[in-house]
Amino acid sequence: MHEVVSITAHSEIRLQSAPSPMPLQVRNLTFATDNTEILKGIDLDLATDHLTVLMGPNGAGKSVLLRLLHGLLEPTSGDVRWSGQPLTKAIRKEQALVFQKPVLLRRSVSANLNFALGLRRIPDRAIRLKEALADLGLESLARRPARVLSGGEQQRLALARALILKPKVLMLDEPTANLDPASTLLIEQAISKVRRSGVKVIMITHAPHQARRLAEEVVFIHAGRITEHKPAKAFFDRPESEAARAYLAGEILI
Amino acid sequence: MQDFAHSFTLAGELIVSGNEDLAEIIALSMRVTATALGISALIGLPFGAILAVSRFPGRGAITVLANALMGLPPVVVGLSVYMLLSNAGPLGPLQLLYTPTAMIIAQAVLITPIIIALTRQVIADLNAEYADTFHSLVVPWHTAVGALLWDARFSLITVLLAGFGRAVAEVGAVMIVGGNINHVTRMMTTAIALETSRGDLALALALGMVLLLIALAVNGAVAFLRGTERSAAHA
Ligand SMILES: Nc1ncnc2c1ncn2[C@@H]1O[C@H](COP(=O)(O)OP(=O)(O)OP(=O)(O)O)[C@@H](O)[C@H]1O
Ligand SMILES: [Mg+2]
Repeated sequence: MHEVVSITAHSEIRLQSAPSPMPLQVRNLTFATDNTEILKGIDLDLATDHLTVLMGPNGAGKSVLLRLLHGLLEPTSGDVRWSGQPLTKAIRKEQALVFQKPVLLRRSVSANLNFALGLRRIPDRAIRLKEALADLGLESLARRPARVLSGGEQQRLALARALILKPKVLMLDEPTANLDPASTLLIEQAISKVRRSGVKVIMITHAPHQARRLAEEVVFIHAGRITEHKPAKAFFDRPESEAARAYLAGEILI
Repeated sequence: MQDFAHSFTLAGELIVSGNEDLAEIIALSMRVTATALGISALIGLPFGAILAVSRFPGRGAITVLANALMGLPPVVVGLSVYMLLSNAGPLGPLQLLYTPTAMIIAQAVLITPIIIALTRQVIADLNAEYADTFHSLVVPWHTAVGALLWDARFSLITVLLAGFGRAVAEVGAVMIVGGNINHVTRMMTTAIALETSRGDLALALALGMVLLLIALAVNGAVAFLRGTERSAAHA
C-alpha cells in the first residue's frame, strides 16, 4: 500500500517502520444481507504504526467494516487476518471496540470498569481503575449509575472501559459524535495518549477537523468500496476520488 | 345478610386475636410456598438465563414447552405428582404423599415453568443490549449469564413474586397431594375450600382476608420495585 510517512500535525511522532505487533490484512472482504451487498470486495492493509481514520458518507459501510475487523460480524466471503492469523479469541482479547452508541452495564461507573478488569488476570486492578477514571475525567462520577450519565460521559466511560484492558488495537466508531468541545478534547487527548504508547487506532469520524487533528492516514469508503487510502495530508489536500471530493466539499459547506 | 355481617365480625376477631389454628395454617402456607419458590428459583433462574443466551439444538422447542407449561392446570399437576408419589408410583417408597413435602413438590412443579419462561424473556431482552459488548470483551458464557442475572435483578424479583402469587393462591394441586389434613397439610386455600363447604364462614373469611392481604402485598412489592428500577435508571 503506501509508504511510511511523517506527519506535520503530529510533529512529535516521527513515524518509522517500527515492528508491527498486529498488522491487518483484509482480502476481498464482502458482506451481504439477503438482498443487498453492503461491502463489495474490500482489500485493505494497515500497518500498526498509523492512526487510521475511516471516512465516508452515512451508510457507506464503515461501521459494518469495523465490526467485521473485530469479529462481531461474519463476512459473507473474504478474509480478515491480524498478524497473518484469522480472528481467534486470543487475538480479539487484544482488541477493543467502542460502539457508535455506547453500551454500558446497568451498574455504577466503576463497576463497569471493574467488570472489564475481572475478565482478565490483572494484578494491579485498583491502580488501573484509578488511572482509567483519571484519564477520562470520570473520578467524580465513579459511583454514579452508568445509565444516568450524560451522552458525553457515557462515551467517555465506554472509552475508559475499552482502554482499561490495555488493548493493542483500539477501534472507535464515531467516539465524539454529539459531544461538546470539552468532552471531545478529553477523548481526543485520551486517543492521542494511547496512540503514542504504540496502540494501533482505527477510528471512524465525520468531523473533518477531528480527522485532520488525529489522522495519520485516511481510508475513504463509499458505497461499500474503498475509494482512497492515503496519508491524511495527501487525502485532505488532494482527494482523488469524486466521492471523497464531494464528501469533503459538503463538509466544508456545512 | 345478618349472618354474613356476623361472620365478618368473627373473622376480624380471629385475625386480631391471633387465633392459633389460623396462625398455624398461615405459617404452613408460607413455609410451603416459600420453599417451593426457592427451589423453582434455583432451577428456573439459571435455566431461563441459559435458554436466553445460548444456542443449542432443541432450544426453541424447550422455550415453547416452558411457555406452554406456564398455563399448566394445577389439578393436572396435582394428579401427576400424586401418581409419582403414591404407593404404586416411582417415588412411592419415600412415603411423601400427604406431607408438606408433597405440596412443596407440587407447587414447585407448577411454578418452575413460569420462572423459566419469564426469566428467559427478561434475560433475552437485556442480552439483546449486552451481547455485542460481551462478544467484544470476550466474556466467557458463564460470566455473561451471571452478569445478566445480576443486572436484571429488579425484573427478576418481579418474576419471583409472580411465581409466589400463583403458588400461594393455588388450591387444586396441594389439595390432591396434601389432602388438607388438619395440623399437617392444611393450607390457607384448602382450608378456605373446606370451611366454606362446612359452612364455617368465619375461618374461611379470615383466611381469605389474609390471602388477599398477601396478594396485595406482593402486588405492592412489584409496583414498588418497578418504581425503584425506573428511578434507578432515570434518576
Ligand atoms: N447487521 C446488518 N444487517 C443488515 N444490514 C445492515 C447491518 N448492519 C448495517 N446494515 C446496513 O449496511 C449499510 C451500512 O451500514 P453502516 O452502519 O456500516 O454505515 P456507516 O458507514 O457506519 O454509516 P454512518 O456514518 O451513518 O454510521 C446501511 O445501509 C445499513 O442499513
Ligand atoms: Mg456507522
